[in-house]
Amino acid sequence: MSIEYLGLDSINGPLVVLEGVQDAAYDEIVEFSVQRTEQKLGRIIEVYEDKAIIQVFEDTTNMSLENTHTKLTGHSMELPLAPEMLGRTFDGIGRPIDGLGELNYISKRDINGDPLNPVRREFPRNFIQTGLSAIDALTTLIRGQKLPIFSGNGLPHDKLAAQIVRQANLGKENNEDFGIVFAAMGVKHDVADFFRRTFEESGVIDHVTMFLNLADDPVVERLITPKVALTAAEFLAYDLGKHILVILTDMTSYCEALREVSSSKQEIPSRKGYPGYLYSDLASMYERAGIVDGKPGSVTQIPILTMPNDDITHPIPDLTGYITEGQIVLDRTLAGKSVYPPINILPSLSRLMKGGIGEKYTREDHQAVADQLFASYSKVNDARSLASVIGEDELSDTDKRYLSFGEKMENTFIGQEIDENRTIIETLDLAWDMLHILPREELNRIDTKLLDKYFDEDR
Amino acid sequence: MKQLGTIYGINGPIVYVKGRTLFQMSEKVFVGKEKLIGEVISLDNDRTTIQVYEETSGMKPGEPVYSTGSPVSVMLGPGILNNIFDGIERPLKKIAEISGEYIHRGADVKLLDTEKKWPVHVMVEVGQEVIGGTIIAEVPETKTILHKSMIPPNIEGRVVEVVEDGEYNITEPIVKVKQLDESIVEIKLAQEWPIRNPRPTRSRFESSIPLVTGQRVVDSLFPIAKGGTAAIPGGFGTGKTMMQHQIAKYSDADIIIYIGCGERGNEMTEVLEDFSELIDPKSGNSLMERTSLIANTSNMPVAAREASIYTGTTLAEYYRDMGYDVAIMADSTSRWAEALRELSGRLEEMPAEEGFPAYLASRIATFYERAGLMQNFNDTEGSVSIIGAVSPQGGDFSEPVTQNTKRFVRCFWGLDKALAHERHYPAVNWLDSYSEYVGDLAAWYRDNVSPDFVDNRRQIVEILHQESSLMDVVKLIGSDVLPDDQKLTIEIGRVIRLGFLQQNAFHPEDTSVPLLKQEKMMEIILYLRKRCKSLISHGMPMSLLKREDIFTKIIAIKYDVPNDKLEMFDQYKKDIDKFYTKIMDKNA
Repeated sequence: MSIEYLGLDSINGPLVVLEGVQDAAYDEIVEFSVQRTEQKLGRIIEVYEDKAIIQVFEDTTNMSLENTHTKLTGHSMELPLAPEMLGRTFDGIGRPIDGLGELNYISKRDINGDPLNPVRREFPRNFIQTGLSAIDALTTLIRGQKLPIFSGNGLPHDKLAAQIVRQANLGKENNEDFGIVFAAMGVKHDVADFFRRTFEESGVIDHVTMFLNLADDPVVERLITPKVALTAAEFLAYDLGKHILVILTDMTSYCEALREVSSSKQEIPSRKGYPGYLYSDLASMYERAGIVDGKPGSVTQIPILTMPNDDITHPIPDLTGYITEGQIVLDRTLAGKSVYPPINILPSLSRLMKGGIGEKYTREDHQAVADQLFASYSKVNDARSLASVIGEDELSDTDKRYLSFGEKMENTFIGQEIDENRTIIETLDLAWDMLHILPREELNRIDTKLLDKYFDEDR
Repeated sequence: MKQLGTIYGINGPIVYVKGRTLFQMSEKVFVGKEKLIGEVISLDNDRTTIQVYEETSGMKPGEPVYSTGSPVSVMLGPGILNNIFDGIERPLKKIAEISGEYIHRGADVKLLDTEKKWPVHVMVEVGQEVIGGTIIAEVPETKTILHKSMIPPNIEGRVVEVVEDGEYNITEPIVKVKQLDESIVEIKLAQEWPIRNPRPTRSRFESSIPLVTGQRVVDSLFPIAKGGTAAIPGGFGTGKTMMQHQIAKYSDADIIIYIGCGERGNEMTEVLEDFSELIDPKSGNSLMERTSLIANTSNMPVAAREASIYTGTTLAEYYRDMGYDVAIMADSTSRWAEALRELSGRLEEMPAEEGFPAYLASRIATFYERAGLMQNFNDTEGSVSIIGAVSPQGGDFSEPVTQNTKRFVRCFWGLDKALAHERHYPAVNWLDSYSEYVGDLAAWYRDNVSPDFVDNRRQIVEILHQESSLMDVVKLIGSDVLPDDQKLTIEIGRVIRLGFLQQNAFHPEDTSVPLLKQEKMMEIILYLRKRCKSLISHGMPMSLLKREDIFTKIIAIKYDVPNDKLEMFDQYKKDIDKFYTKIMDKNA
């Protein structure tokens, strides 16, 4: 049915221009055949009458103005979907690479997805216990939330994400179906292997769908990877009723790919060369987390991004933080002190926490304890800098107590073993141990009733 | 609707029509086979540029573009309140009925319910002279709000026909008016109005009444007037949205228009769930009965995001024309500015600062200038207050959106990352923030709250400033070396910060506080300071004073004194006196 066009009119990085096409649609997928041997895919990103500007997903190497046949597919990018996706591995644009053959799909869906109607969303309220005190007590993960990890190169974000996957109570206990969708964008081979090993060792590999675009895979393909992964996640969650945890790593590589394509399109850059639509683009992915009212499944997202130069004001973490429902921030100083996980609790935040904790979900004192830990820990730095000026001995008794509170917080509360799985009650009791280091009158965030119940003056 | 052109090029939400066309500037058009809604944004001899309010993928050159002959407009009439719309006023509940949990493009829905019959009480009679703005009928739109249908602006004449009181839908004529040129127009419950044009009023005047929000740091320190403008800038996680929610819930405006512009879907769901359950203390009904939500979440089309701000403002002006006090929460105006930037980039316009178009400042100005306390043509007074959140890149207030916003708002509530980190909420930085309304509102506070209010406020602000400069010293050398009177300033500063400025949105008493309690709290803190000062002048050291629990007690007033038991403050005064005599007796 479709016409094949021979030749191209220009090639510039990942972009090619084809003139004289008929009936080309915006956002349509095209197939290239280079010298009749190599197959490539591309997407129409601009169209003017009979001229189409096409972004090629793979490398444009070998393509010449003469040797390429182009065919319009008549539809936008679609992903074949089947329940058997769990346990399978795909490349960055959704083609199987595990040698188990093509997927016997039951439906195909546009990878761009449609926005979820706010009136049909259900506000997420279910607490997910990760077994990590810093997260459970202070930046609680909620089912259906999007909670990114802001990290830096060389920090243990992969270990942390893997520990969350191993320990997170995604639905095993009450026998609900769960699954993990793992999307790698531009990560190293050993990182992908690390995650695969972790999934295998914890016996969940049959529940994992992997989409891999590794560091040496084509850059433009990376722009598709999170979208196919989320399309799969939505299918598994809303059509099959599973609780899906999506891990997207590394969002920084994705954004860099976006910048590369944008600059080859000669678009006007905004901050640090990133295109002006970076916010909308990121939002179109992050917003695909959630729960649909009246449906059993959920999509929870943990995107991982490495902050360039550990700078939280860099556009990538900055825009991400404006879209996601909080963030878990890793810190190099803590990592230097051998604290694992090196979570800097002060800039970390979970916006959905308030709805998923308290008497009904965790314990009555959870919110107050969390507020108090934040407030007290924020004073530790003041005490530390004062100590470095006038010396520790000169500090007032209260300031000394703050110093020791800070040490204890970092070493025994935030810090824990890589296989240590604390229940929320253990975590909250431990938090009270921390607060007992301070004099009672310093605990002004906790109301008197709770203090009377949990604070023992004589300890 | 007739076809005036065919698509020539498509670039994201921007569509081009080739050649010289008959389209008008800002005209609403239908684009392509699916008839997606668009707006003409530029015209020249070679091509017409259209921005499309929906996703354009799959659209092809050669598809038709239809003209409607009128600018992009909203429908104004009963049914706006207790409802949620997208950026161009399409009802999201209706869209959900048609297309399920996802919003598919091209959904063909009526902006307001045309089927529903409203009980109508007609307010005009045959022979009466009417002008634009004259109230022709009253409709109980929700349990809380009486909707007043008006003659649209620009119509003037004599009533020649009215219907009986009864049940009518918004498409049935209620009144027929013979205009000055003898032509007859039918006036219905609903009317259309272009979103980019402010609705006319007779005159604008200075407001001297505050918009009371129940938030101490706002009402007492940095108040906003009814008809005023305020900006809430803050990096992510500093509590912009939370603050907007609190004001939307507890402010004494009659009507709230909440615009979720490029923000999270879950936040809109939360507002919808919360506001439906929460009871408006003024009316006893649910808060949604006085609220309308405009939701263009961050994953919805960007052109509609640009429009959502205007849509919300137009709805607000319509209720203002009825004589109501309306407050707009715009969360976040930065997303709107970024939508402008994105569209400008696609149009290949010359960028100014950080890629934003050069007209950014003038667009921000026109938006905030639509706020104000007005006298309407029907002699009522109404106001539109605008409270806009700003999300500065990197939390840096020197970026263009924050700076340009600062030029056009009179109230600036700067949120601070360090305060948010220690969970001091609302994280309004008392050193950076300001309100230009303090002087305008002084008389009102004096007459309606207390003659001392303004002076107490000044003293509290002064103590906070002194405390802040003392803290700089303390950070270097510790607090032990300070003289006792300065230690007292630090201690009172702490009491103000913890006991007055910090406000717990999740505490039933503390979430919203009446002005009188705010005043009493300031009074009691200042009284404590006065007594302590006197003790110190009698040579009592601060360490002795701090051994008493009076400071902790005063901090806990916000929780311990219920909002309707203000007589309890007398006891606190006695406690302070007791504390004074105790120390004096023991140590004299």
